[in-house]
This record gives sequence, structure tokens and C-alpha cells, in this order.
Amino acid sequence: MTNNPYMKPFNPETDPLISVRDLQKNFKDLHALKGVDLDIYQGDVIFVVGPSGSGKSTFLRCLNCLEEADGGEIFFEGVNITNRNVDINRHRQKMGMVFQQFNLFPHMTVMKNLTQAPIILQHKSKEEAEAEAIKLLERVGLADRADAYPNQLSGGQKQRIAIVRALCMKPDVMLFDEPTSALDPEMVGEVLEVMRDLAKQKMTMVVVTHEMAFAREVASKVVFMAEGKILEVAPPDVFFNNPRTDRLKSFLEKVL
Amino acid sequence: MPDIAVPQFLIEFKDAFYLNFIKDNRWKYLVDGLSVTLRITFFAVLIGIVLGFLVAIIRATHDKVGRTTPLIKGTLSVLNFVCNVYLTVIRGTPVVVQLLIIYFVIFGSVRIDKIIVAILAFGINSGAYVAEIVRGGIMSIDQGQFEAGRSLGFNYGQTMWFIIIPQTLKNVLPALGNEFIVLLKETSVAGYIALADLTKGGDIIRSQTFSAYMPLIAVALIYLVMVIALSRLQKLLERRMRSRDK
Repeated sequence: MTNNPYMKPFNPETDPLISVRDLQKNFKDLHALKGVDLDIYQGDVIFVVGPSGSGKSTFLRCLNCLEEADGGEIFFEGVNITNRNVDINRHRQKMGMVFQQFNLFPHMTVMKNLTQAPIILQHKSKEEAEAEAIKLLERVGLADRADAYPNQLSGGQKQRIAIVRALCMKPDVMLFDEPTSALDPEMVGEVLEVMRDLAKQKMTMVVVTHEMAFAREVASKVVFMAEGKILEVAPPDVFFNNPRTDRLKSFLEKVL
Repeated sequence: MPDIAVPQFLIEFKDAFYLNFIKDNRWKYLVDGLSVTLRITFFAVLIGIVLGFLVAIIRATHDKVGRTTPLIKGTLSVLNFVCNVYLTVIRGTPVVVQLLIIYFVIFGSVRIDKIIVAILAFGINSGAYVAEIVRGGIMSIDQGQFEAGRSLGFNYGQTMWFIIIPQTLKNVLPALGNEFIVLLKETSVAGYIALADLTKGGDIIRSQTFSAYMPLIAVALIYLVMVIALSRLQKLLERRMRSRDK
């Protein structure tokens, strides 16, 4: 195992769950990520903030290889998942992702949305998968919507279901790509509540967001990105009260 | 009993009807022809669907695929090229010419059932149109659906099968229905290889009775009824699919 070129020894107690090294990404002429380094440990709640176009969403999407990195390495649980010989599908099962636009499957009921992947990919029985799904639905207060179709749900409900869909795979880390940006203001709270709950249960989370107050409250570390680079990483109180760089200072002045 | 004057045109109609359909069991030309038309259409539709989905998936995969090995990428490029040639040739030439080429050139020196030739010709032809309909359907599904599937750990094929194709199917149903209605009518050129389909059946009657009106109108009516029935079926299917995700 250790002589495998794209694996390195991984101890979940001491090693970072995700280790990003010199991550590069280009879109045609745009150099979106210019060498990003970050270690994400078990139980970390990392909030990534920054101006739009700073590459924060691209960074997040690179973490589960929805965007293919053009350079650098991402080690997830000791495996370099940027290597093409790695079966990325297996590792994605352990990385839940929540999208800005929810992306629920409109042709399936809520229950089918939640159980399809566990049944097919983890070979769970229908009963087992549904029992687990119901438990999670109860946690987000939507157990009564199991038989609904996504277009019968409000935006906030859809996003809570989307979070549950990712949780049903029992992931080791949850990636959130601006989970509240497409929501009506009055529905933001219910989604943040679910995320707060997850953070309390020590779920490892990486969140790209514009919700600064929420970042301050929930984050264990806040990452500031601008122009494709990470400029600052700090615990929220330091991050928001004592920003080091001028770039972050001016950003915070604008958004706070 | 006074004579009830039967209008002259009714008498003529009755005579013509007798001559064209009853005498010498001429109606059999229409019934047998209809059966040929239906058989050709049915199997051509099957071939068209299989071929069309195959080509559409290859082309969409070629356009979409990101992370993969050079071997797969190369294979896809070759397959995509073959598909493009197929689409260009089939959509760029008349179906009658294709039918004649398949019969006289490809199977020129082989004894083969003409119905099979027609099924192949119309199936291969229809496949090209189905392919573009389905590919459009696949490409119209929001990229987020694809990403959501992949992010859960589904591989490309599973994402296609469980998430993209079911939604595509619903979107392309109206266009597919139209394609099959067109196909049903297009089989009327099967007479070019001396296949006695519905149209040819009517034409045979015309050549025997020297009356064009009755057999040709009958043929037209039969096509019309079938097309109306197919349209109804199509609407029914669409409604059922739509109500499912209400």
C-alpha cells in the first residue's frame, strides 16, 4: 500500500483529512487557482470567503474533482485523488457535496433521492437505506415530505433535503458551495440551522459562503481567498477582528 | 311501392367500392399491405431507438467527458467520428436512395427478405434523427444534475442511467413521437424495392381497376387513422410522465 505512488500513510488522528498542495486550475485564459495550499483536519469547520471571482468555488469543486486540477495535489485520507489512476467515484462517496442550486433529482421522490446512491453504491437494502433516510429527515424536520417530489418543496426544504442526500452516504467531509445563495432570505435560517447542527456533531465541513455572521459563529477556521490564492487563514475572532492583510481589511469593510 | 330514388352518386360509389375492394378480394391488398407497413415501422422504430440512443450517448459522452485515461479518450474520438459520418450521410441523402442502395448494392448479390431490407433501411435512417433528438435532450439537462450524481459517487454510466436518461426521456418524448409518425409515413416508399406495403397495395388495386380515386383515398385514410391513433398515444404517455413528478 505504501509503495503505491499516489498513496501515503494516513492516520486520521494526526494527519489532515484533506491536504491540498500547490493546487492550480486554468479556465482557458483565466488562471483561477494559482497554487493553493491548505490542510483540513478531522472536525474542522472551514469557511472560505472572498470576493466573487476569487476562485473559492473552483477550489471547493476541485476538492472532489468536479473540476479537474491542472497542477498540484489533493490528498484525501492519504490518497492523491488528482491522480487519474485513482477511482475517484469511490472517494467521492466519502465527500458529500451541497450545491447552490440544490440539484435534487426532479424525477424521483425525496425518499428515492436519498436512498438511490446508498442502495446502488453501498449495496444497502431498501429497508435499511430508507430507515436511515427517515432518521436524517427527522433531524431536519422533513420526515413528512418523504413522498413529495422536489418541485413540491420550498427552496429551504430542497436545500435541507440536498444536505440529507449527501449525509445518507455517511461522508467523512461535507462540501458546501454557497448553500444559501439561491434562497429567499426567510429560508436561509432553516438551512443554516441544519449546518450549525452538523458542525456541533463534529462533521468536517468546508463551506464557501457569503454569510459572514454565520462564518464568525460556526467556523473553526476562516480562509480568505482573492485572485486565486489563499491570503489568510485564521480562527474567526482573529480573522474578523485582526485581519493582517490590507486586501482582507478592505474586503471586510465592504461586507460587514 | 313508389321507387325511392337512390341518388346516382351513391350508386356509383357502391359500384366503385365493389369493384375496388370486394371483387376478387382486392381488399386483401390493403390488409396485407397494412401488415407489411406496420411490421416495417415497428421494427424500424426499435432499431431507430437503439441506434439513436447509442449514437446520442456516444456523442454526448464525447462532448462531456472530463477525467479519463488517454485510451478511453482516443476510443471516444474514433467512435464520435464514426457517429458523425453516419449522421452526415444518413441525414444528407434521401431515404429512398438509401433503401435502393441497401437493396441493390449492399444486398445486391444476396437473397434476402425485402421486409428485412426495408426494416434495416428505415431503422438506420430513423436512428440518425433519433440520435440528434436524444443528444439534444441529454445536453438540455442541467449540468448540475450530472454533477450531483457524480458527487454522490455514481460513475459516468450510472449517472447517465439513473439520473440523466430518465429526465431526457420525458423531454424528448414529443419529438420522438413525431419522428415515429414521420417514419410510419416514410415507409410508403418501400414500393421502390417492390415491397407490397400499404401504399403499393392501393396502387396495385388502381392498376387493376383503372380507378384511382377509391383505393388511393382509402390508403390515405388508413394512414391518417394510424397517425391520429399514434398522436393520441403520444399525448397519453406525455401526460402520464408529467403527472409522475407533479
